[in-house]
Amino acid sequence: MSNAFTWLTDPANWHDQLGTPGIPAQVVAHLEYSLGAVAIATAVALPLGLLIGHTRRGASIVTVANGLRALPTFGLLILLYVVISPHIGGRGDGPYLVPTEIVLVLMAIPPVLGNTSAGVGNVSPAVRDASLGIGMTGREVLLRVEVPIALPLIISGVRSAVLQVVATATVAAYVGLGGIGRYLYDGLAARDFSQMTGGAVLVAVLALALDTLLAAVQRWTVSPGVSGRFKAGTAQAALGPAGAARPGAPEAAAEEGVPA
Amino acid sequence: MNAAAGGGPPGVVEYVTSHHAEILSWLWSHTWLSVVPVLIGLVVSLPLGYLAARHRWVYPPLVTVGGLLYTIPSLALFVVMPSILGTRILDPVNVVVALSVYTVALLARVVADALGAVPEDVAQAATAMGYTSPQRLLKVDLPLAVPVITAGLRVAVVANVSLVAIAGTIGVPELGQLFTNGFQLSSDGPYYPPIVVGVVLCVALALVLDLVVVVVDRALTPWLRKGART
Repeated sequence: MSNAFTWLTDPANWHDQLGTPGIPAQVVAHLEYSLGAVAIATAVALPLGLLIGHTRRGASIVTVANGLRALPTFGLLILLYVVISPHIGGRGDGPYLVPTEIVLVLMAIPPVLGNTSAGVGNVSPAVRDASLGIGMTGREVLLRVEVPIALPLIISGVRSAVLQVVATATVAAYVGLGGIGRYLYDGLAARDFSQMTGGAVLVAVLALALDTLLAAVQRWTVSPGVSGRFKAGTAQAALGPAGAARPGAPEAAAEEGVPA
Repeated sequence: MNAAAGGGPPGVVEYVTSHHAEILSWLWSHTWLSVVPVLIGLVVSLPLGYLAARHRWVYPPLVTVGGLLYTIPSLALFVVMPSILGTRILDPVNVVVALSVYTVALLARVVADALGAVPEDVAQAATAMGYTSPQRLLKVDLPLAVPVITAGLRVAVVANVSLVAIAGTIGVPELGQLFTNGFQLSSDGPYYPPIVVGVVLCVALALVLDLVVVVVDRALTPWLRKGART
């Protein structure tokens, strides 16, 4: 571990040298494909999850998406790389980037889709009926009642997607893409354990930082009426979070996140 | 390696027949590398989860530490393990310990939630019938917690199958080797057989292990189906 500290604090590793990007450049590259994949996955899975949760139809789509979890991510990456990359000409990262992004997007979809549809679908019927009863349209019920109540679960789905994608993006270095994974595999090839351990510390810190950031976003965006964060002594505090039907304990616990 | 077929590269069938010994040994090591950490994790999680359900102050640190451990990418953990354990880089013990850590991070909380969710009237009824505290834990609380715990086990075991394959990238011998081999053999042109065999075996292994947990769950909770009739 002390060697990793030496590696991490060596100024030479922090600057771009001929042909080898420094640590900041690799971290930025890592962030780019990780966040790009989560953005694409969220753009697909969030509307779909809202629709499934709101209409309470199409639960089979969620089941199929969950089946994706059984796929070995590394095997899928290699398979797509071998199939796709010969068809992508030109210079640059294209041959590495396209298969990697597909795998990362596929990984990020199940947690976002599952949590969004479960969060919206589990809003208690009494709350939905009350919203319709005071004259809200279906769209208003979704956007002003169901989404705010489901928000903690939706954000926790995005958080677990981010963690999985950041972790799996390290594996992408195996097929030749840049990012922090480079230090793990280059270090392994060169038997340079301080570089490997340093890279491992970098990924863990990056994952932790992103998760903390999203936890803060969750705290800012979730209404205190949903999260139960009232001042002590407030009447509602004793009643617990309003409206949100308790999400099924097993699913909620399982959905917290699976390491990748 | 490609010498098996006369003309073009051998197909999946030829690949399997010419490499069946290796593939079987990788499948076997992949299986135990996926299963053993779940068993270790379960054995460690039960007392931890019990403590957290029993003593409230244990629960928040348990959830926080579990969440922190989950943020560490598996590849990073595999690579760091030798410097913590003093093992060699390719020692399978690294994989077992790393995956056990993940399993505990997931399951300890699940066990605590499951034991904490036993309805108060059930607990009181058991006490009124003369169950002592340890008896109640073993005969009432734990059986009622089984469905929730097995749901956590299913997630852990399926995730492990995929994570074990990642350990193959640093050279630990298991099904991940099929992917690295396929990658290396594809340098001149696409060569699918090892990759396809690896993906199929990984998915099959994940499904079989998942099924085993479901069967165990059903065997341990007969009342769920007897009660369903009414």
